[in-house]
Amino acid sequence: MNNQQNSRFFFNVDWISILVFIALCSVGFINIYASVFNTSESAAFNFGSSYGKQLIYIIAALIIGFSILLLDAKFFSVFSPIIYGITALLLVVVLVIGKSVAGNQAWISLGGGFKLQPSEFAKFGTSLLLARYISTFNPKFRDFKSILFAGLIIGFPLLLIQLQPDTGSALVFLAFMFPMYREGLSGYFLLVFLGMIVLFIADFLVPLQILIPVILAIGSFFVYQNRRKQKVMLSAILVTIIAIAYLFIVKVSYEKVLSPRQRDRIELILGLKIDPRGQGYNVIQSKIAIGSGQITGRGFLQGTQTKYGYVPAQSTDFIFSTIGEEWGFIGCFVVIGLYIFLLLRLINLAERQRSTFSRVYGYCVACILFFHVFINIGMAIGIVPVIGIPLPFISYGGSSLWSFTVLLFIFLKLDSNRMGFI
Amino acid sequence: MDSLFNRKYIVQGLFIVVALILLGTLFYIQVFSDKYFISAKSNVLKRIYTYPARGVIRDRNENVLVQNELVYDLMAIPNDVKPFDTLALCKIIGVDTAKFGKNMRKARRLSRYQPGPIEKQLSIEIYQSLSEQLARFPGFFVQSRTIRQYPDSIASQFLGYIKEVTPTDIEKSEGYYRSGDYIGKSGVERSYEKLLRGERGVVNMLYDAHNVPKGSYAEGKFDTSAVSGEQLISSLDIRLQKLGEQLMHNKIGSIVAIEPSTGEILAFVSSPGYNPNDMVGRQSGNSYMKILAEPYRPFNIRPIQGYYSPGSAFKPLDALIGLQEGVIDPNTTFNCPGGFRAGNHWVKCEHVDGNVALRMGLARSCNTYACYVFQKLLTQQKYKNAQVAYADWQKKVKLWGLGDTLGVDLPGERTGRLYDESYYSRKYSKYWGYTTVISLAIGQGEMDATPLQMANIMSVIANRGYYIKPHLVKAIGKDRVIKKEYVQKHYVGIDARHFEPVIDGMQDAVNASWGTAIESRIANIIMCGKTGTVQNPRGKNHSVFIGFAPRDNPKIAIAVIVENAGYGSAYAAPIASYITEKYLKDSVAPNKLAQVEWMKNQAVLPPPPMPKVKLKPKPIDSIKLPILKNEQSTK
Repeated sequence: MNNQQNSRFFFNVDWISILVFIALCSVGFINIYASVFNTSESAAFNFGSSYGKQLIYIIAALIIGFSILLLDAKFFSVFSPIIYGITALLLVVVLVIGKSVAGNQAWISLGGGFKLQPSEFAKFGTSLLLARYISTFNPKFRDFKSILFAGLIIGFPLLLIQLQPDTGSALVFLAFMFPMYREGLSGYFLLVFLGMIVLFIADFLVPLQILIPVILAIGSFFVYQNRRKQKVMLSAILVTIIAIAYLFIVKVSYEKVLSPRQRDRIELILGLKIDPRGQGYNVIQSKIAIGSGQITGRGFLQGTQTKYGYVPAQSTDFIFSTIGEEWGFIGCFVVIGLYIFLLLRLINLAERQRSTFSRVYGYCVACILFFHVFINIGMAIGIVPVIGIPLPFISYGGSSLWSFTVLLFIFLKLDSNRMGFI
Repeated sequence: MDSLFNRKYIVQGLFIVVALILLGTLFYIQVFSDKYFISAKSNVLKRIYTYPARGVIRDRNENVLVQNELVYDLMAIPNDVKPFDTLALCKIIGVDTAKFGKNMRKARRLSRYQPGPIEKQLSIEIYQSLSEQLARFPGFFVQSRTIRQYPDSIASQFLGYIKEVTPTDIEKSEGYYRSGDYIGKSGVERSYEKLLRGERGVVNMLYDAHNVPKGSYAEGKFDTSAVSGEQLISSLDIRLQKLGEQLMHNKIGSIVAIEPSTGEILAFVSSPGYNPNDMVGRQSGNSYMKILAEPYRPFNIRPIQGYYSPGSAFKPLDALIGLQEGVIDPNTTFNCPGGFRAGNHWVKCEHVDGNVALRMGLARSCNTYACYVFQKLLTQQKYKNAQVAYADWQKKVKLWGLGDTLGVDLPGERTGRLYDESYYSRKYSKYWGYTTVISLAIGQGEMDATPLQMANIMSVIANRGYYIKPHLVKAIGKDRVIKKEYVQKHYVGIDARHFEPVIDGMQDAVNASWGTAIESRIANIIMCGKTGTVQNPRGKNHSVFIGFAPRDNPKIAIAVIVENAGYGSAYAAPIASYITEKYLKDSVAPNKLAQVEWMKNQAVLPPPPMPKVKLKPKPIDSIKLPILKNEQSTK
């Protein structure tokens, strides 16, 4: 490769995003090192350990990332149905030959200790196809048919993942609501969704005798407000009735649909149950570790909770507890700051795209990352139920790092090519 | 740019709001609340204590009174205990499964992660057979500890005992003691607890999530090692103590012997005693209840808790105050017609001696003489009225250590009884005089003293005017430190020259043919003393002897009380003489050995069960005295 080619391939690439990406990977490496660090082991670098493997994963991720930059931007748009097909096929395969880890059949063993988690790759497969669908048909989501079609694109992998069962990864697919919203899906969908969550929580915390009158009062207020607009009035009545019905459905289905483990997690978060040695153990220990970091943290390798293994799954799902303990509030602030900077930048980049495909894909990337960050950190500090999903670029694991890298770098490639047409 | 462009801000706004929620929660957890910081500390940091050996207590000649013996406690960390053969383990340690289960549950309740005691104080034999098989019982381990051991089984009330701390003890110590620790509960073990217990060592260990130790915190910067308790050198003489306990066997009472020049207590016998070895080991709980249930209350420390009328012991004191005040001189005589009339009371004297001077008055323990002196003291011209006179008299008597604790280094010392002027003023509303309290002249009535106080009076007389607070520990630790308060001289306000005439009288009481305490005469040693026969409404009279020897440079002051044993000359005086002889001559004269053996085998016990044992007998002097009316009304 000569310099000219170099400048052609990497022309217009958003280096700032790549820098943030590298920064987050480094944060991940440092904290994985800390979380598996053991004073009794020799200080020599060990490629067999988690941090050693993670270094290999990071180097591989960089190679993958820059290889993607070398590909033609049109490739992703053209091949999106095939990529989607492959990732969906992997999801089927994992259900057949997958390796079960902690009750989830989510892994395909590749030998040599390396494992592949297809649900991670399904995210960008789905993102690509959704972007392709929207850019090709420009549906605006005003009609039921287009919503249904988009819903099928998202729902198929979601269902397969739920069969593993991996509720956490499945939930991430709800992130696709935001790109759809950006492309015209009515804001009511988001509001209804938000309302469902609020009512779900309220259903546990407030007795029905209080909750139902409150809903009725709010409903009547809207009915009274819109008494001259018959159509709106009727829909307000309808929403009120549905809301109340929903409460009962949740109450009944809660017992029947969710597994006891999932119920425990929900009840723990809502403070209905105290169980320091059972389900709540992870969260309590994670909060203790993070809280003990105070403002400046205990310092690199000085976290006692981290060092002595008080937080389970500390290099993967609970990696944030290491950051919290060893780097304190300042460290957490920096990490969350990096994420929010990246997310806002991705949205801004998405908005500067001329092609709809690139824009939709950009939104998909930002929103998937957002869901991961929010759920993972929220879970580590106990405001979200324990849902085992990784912290992008930071958590230990090749599959998740590579899938996020692919996700991000495809967009960066599309962005570098924003002047061209796809 | 399409019309939906603005939705970008909604999405970005959502991102920012969520980021702020996360940061806000983090701020609360990390900066605002220190709850998690503290939890983190208790997560990893555990304090492992090492226990020091308790201080050894020796007698004045360095013979061991109490030492330590290794025992083994079976401990368990409940969470580490895997299913095991309960029956086999119970068989090895020799307990039934029910008790074992109870202890296991108790340990689990205490903490699942901290070791808790399952069975305490296993013998070395059990320990040996257990340690071979301990691998079969994961989660169990044996911790060695020391317990008290008493080679001679003597001086139980003096030494006291140690017991496991109660929750109240823990609270009082502000967290120094921890559940399972031992604390001195009585005697020297209690009064010198802080010195004897030593300093507990602590290792700040770091533990990982699986409770595996990970080394000590900060390279052991905050760790301390255990420091053994200080050794105590007691003032007791093991030979006297042993002889005293043997002589008092099957009798109720006290022997207190003091070295006058130092205030060191040479013998401290409280009978009945108990075997101090019963209070340690696995059976200590049972023995404790058994001892507690005994009718003669072995836990009572009679030398400092028993109340007896000082009686004869008080008469020299009276005479000395009289000499000091100048109301009498050694040659002043009073006529004894066989009693003394004080108002409408008649204080009887058992003999009619005619004109009695000081020496004879003391030797014969003449009540009339004592009453005259008392009358003179309380009717001196310098006083405005009898009340003022009494207040002054009471103050002088108190200087002798009566009516208040002497400050001996044992817990539980009682004050005795000596009322001040305001008590009588309240009772008789100003209309009282010396006749009202005339019984005090002969150490009777509203006056009680402990055997220790009586021995201390003898100590003052032996020293010709002062005493040093009697104490039981003469030196602490390697450096042989002695408490400052136990070297200070307490003067009683009587000039030394006044003592010789009084001592003459006491010498006659023991050595002259007309003396009352002739039984305690010792060959080649001039012993000075007095007998007492204290009337007791509940049974036979108490036998009392007080004295000191030799006359010049006295080495021992002694008080002996044998309850319900009749005349002072019958039991108390001989016992005192054997002890004194043993101390001064190192052994009792061979011709007396048979008597000593006879005395050891005598049983003088009132018929049990006794009514509430309140060692507050109605006392009477060697000379029988009618019970005074006003005295009756106070009881």
